[in-house]
Amino acid sequence: MLPLIVFGILAAVALISAVMVITRRNVVHSIIWLIVTLFAVGGIFLLERAEFLFAVQVILYVGGIMVLFLFVVMLVDLQVALKQARFNHQWLLGVFTALLVFAQVVYLIYKIGAGLSLPVQPPGSDPAHNTQAVGLALYQTYMLPVEITSLLLLVAMVGAVIMAKRKFE
Amino acid sequence: MIPTAYCILLGSGLFTIGVIGVLTRRNVLIILMSIELILNAVNINLVALSHYFHSVNGQVFAIFVITDAAAEAAVGLGLIIALFRNKETLNADEIDLLKW
Repeated sequence: MLPLIVFGILAAVALISAVMVITRRNVVHSIIWLIVTLFAVGGIFLLERAEFLFAVQVILYVGGIMVLFLFVVMLVDLQVALKQARFNHQWLLGVFTALLVFAQVVYLIYKIGAGLSLPVQPPGSDPAHNTQAVGLALYQTYMLPVEITSLLLLVAMVGAVIMAKRKFE
Repeated sequence: MIPTAYCILLGSGLFTIGVIGVLTRRNVLIILMSIELILNAVNINLVALSHYFHSVNGQVFAIFVITDAAAEAAVGLGLIIALFRNKETLNADEIDLLKW
């Protein structure tokens, strides 16, 4: 019962702060609310026994990506955006389309929900050390994808530097 | 134990909010943040199903998704800086150079 209550609280925090992210006028407020969302999602990871992913979420997302966002907010001038309209003129159509997709997903979950809400197996078969299991899978089964991802990060780094450079030659 | 359907519902809810953000906001920075929301919704689904199947593969893929999010944020923010330098605006409605 207690995990369900904690899940409910975390889910409510995540959803409400996600709504705040897309409705705030000030970008800095949006970033702060996004950090709240990321922490709540990290808590859900912890509840799902993915401890390593929780640490990655806090360190990489909150500590890395969000600081990057804040730096960019300092680099660009946002005084004009504070006075303009927040939403574009097709916002009603956009909300309708997104809610339509959401309704479809909910309907599908409702249809096959009986298969998904089966009681999970007893936690005895769970890997005892989550970090160890993730590390073994990363460096044994997924060796090549890890290398390809490192290449992707290198390309992204070079690309970001080239994009932000002052002059193209 | 939390039913897996609840987690998937939460994931789809976050995904919907992210899609609404991408479709309706005019600020490019907030559109980028909405994409981060979408990627987080995907991660919730991956972790929930990894928990459901008692397999660690879903968490490994969630790590790959987080790596992609980092790469995407770096390139996207570089693009935003270049855009602001050239057009002096972050409004997605005013960036219509490819439109005729």
